[in-house]
Amino acid sequence: MDRILFGDNQFFAVNHISDEKSRAQSIKFKEDKTILDTIDISRNLGVETFMCTTHDRIYNICDMVRADPDKYSKFSIYPCMPYAHKYANAVTELGIMGTIKHYVPGNFFGSIFKGGMAVVSKDYVSIMELLIDAEMKMFKNINTPVIFLQNVITDLLLGLNMKDILKAYHDYVIKKYNAEPGYITMNMPMLLDKLESVGIKNPIICSSINKAGFRMSGGMELYEHTLKTRQLRAIAMQVLGGGAIPAKEALAYVCSLPNVASILFGASSKQNISQTISLINEFDEQNRKLK
Amino acid sequence: MIKVALIGAGKMGISHLSILGAHPLVEIVGVADTSKIVNDVLEKYSGMKTFTDYKKMLDEVKPDAVFVSVPTKFHASFVEDLLNRNIHVFVEKPFCLNAAQGENLIRLAKGKGLVNQVGYHNKFVGTFEEVKRLVNSGVLGELNHFIGEAYGPVVIRKKQETWRSDPEEGGGCLMDYASHVIDLINYLVSPITKVHGSLLKSIYSTQVEDAVYALLETSNHVSGVLSVNWSDETHRKMSTGITIIGSKGKIISDASELKVFLKSDDVPAGYSKGWNIKYVTDLTHGVDFYLRGEEYSAQIDYFINAVAGKGPNDKNSFESAWNTDYAISLIKNKKN
Repeated sequence: MDRILFGDNQFFAVNHISDEKSRAQSIKFKEDKTILDTIDISRNLGVETFMCTTHDRIYNICDMVRADPDKYSKFSIYPCMPYAHKYANAVTELGIMGTIKHYVPGNFFGSIFKGGMAVVSKDYVSIMELLIDAEMKMFKNINTPVIFLQNVITDLLLGLNMKDILKAYHDYVIKKYNAEPGYITMNMPMLLDKLESVGIKNPIICSSINKAGFRMSGGMELYEHTLKTRQLRAIAMQVLGGGAIPAKEALAYVCSLPNVASILFGASSKQNISQTISLINEFDEQNRKLK
Repeated sequence: MIKVALIGAGKMGISHLSILGAHPLVEIVGVADTSKIVNDVLEKYSGMKTFTDYKKMLDEVKPDAVFVSVPTKFHASFVEDLLNRNIHVFVEKPFCLNAAQGENLIRLAKGKGLVNQVGYHNKFVGTFEEVKRLVNSGVLGELNHFIGEAYGPVVIRKKQETWRSDPEEGGGCLMDYASHVIDLINYLVSPITKVHGSLLKSIYSTQVEDAVYALLETSNHVSGVLSVNWSDETHRKMSTGITIIGSKGKIISDASELKVFLKSDDVPAGYSKGWNIKYVTDLTHGVDFYLRGEEYSAQIDYFINAVAGKGPNDKNSFESAWNTDYAISLIKNKKN
């Protein structure tokens, strides 16, 4: 995994501290081209991995990437599935079975061979596999070396103790996509225990890690202890604590932690993108010298 | 360990179940749902005991507390049954279909000394908690007017009907969506006791309203406007906000950002004259397990602590949720 990953919240009006900023982002990124232009800014500064939800608009971004294979030869996407609001709204509207029918490729009864059999035989893992395939369709012919399960689903399964499904996801991503499975969570230490309990070693786990302790469930101390003493490839997200911590201080903190393989960040302006990247590089260099 | 069961494993039910599953004081003893597929999945992967008949579940697993998240029309009879069996109850919002149903339940819960809570989770959001603190401190002076708003993309085209589109079952924007804002106004300002006029408008739905606009008055004679629309896709998800205007200042808050304008130098700690901005990230208390927002875990912690005898049962009691049911009935009666 690359040290720095470029995220997508800013493109889809996900802002944890201000509805007004969300709206401004919606307006700024109305055109898909503007999104790709911003991704290109990060690429030109050496960040070639874009980590994104399987939002409907990513279809168009992928089309544009496929249309220019030379330009994007080193480019990778880490998909994060599913785009939860899409399904949450669908479940409210259509119910759970209705949602499966709606999203499984070529409609549910069209894929009767796998899907239909799955319901009859109560093989719910097969249904999950069909949904993964549906989400992965948009990334055809694009390099996706790590595929993530979104935190709403990871944490839902974690709370329900559905560890066999977490494991089935792991196995299917490796088998079908020859990629590494990753998990996004707001409960990193608890998830690591659960993954290890089903034999998943050294997992890729993306979670909030920041100096403010924001969304570090179970507490900051437990997170730091887990990073110091356990085996995992951590990705730090929400490193600015939703905007609570000044960038320099925030990045100095995450860069100093052991076992943080990558840092995920999102930004809209060239200035913020470039500042974040150079700060991370600077702190990494300092820490290397100290060792 | 507190033995907890769930009735209704829909969207909110499953979310509660997951948070309960991770709770160190809770043992989930049973789940009742009418969906065979949901029950199968929970049995197979979570090892939970499931039932299609909730009464059978109660007889068999004898829970200390039950979470009820079924369509609103079932709330009154299910909750009454639970209270009669001396079981503590957490029920989803809105509380009941009408104000009359709730009165009996309040009496019953009080009489038996049972913990009772309704799922109005906004009271556990950091920014709104801070608004409550500020209003109570008197920093706004004499309250004059409020604006309560919520917008979101629930019904954004003509579509298949569910229980949410049936007025007899507790569907519609007023009961399902505006109830959150009404409850927040009741909590932050004072209970709504008069409605001067209201509009219930359909935009896409055929049987229920998709928007609610009303002129309100609270028991302490503060006037206000309610503006709620669940057919507004300019918001990614439900966005709830409140503005409160007083003689000494003004508050504008949503679930992520709190803006406070204070006219004088006589201010609480951490504030100054003029505009002050605070973010939920600074006002949020961490939780031990996070699923969809700290508030969902916090309201469950609050309930479980009350059942365990370790905390109060004041927030979101049946009584406070009844005030919201009552305001809803006033809005319905005044519609133009």
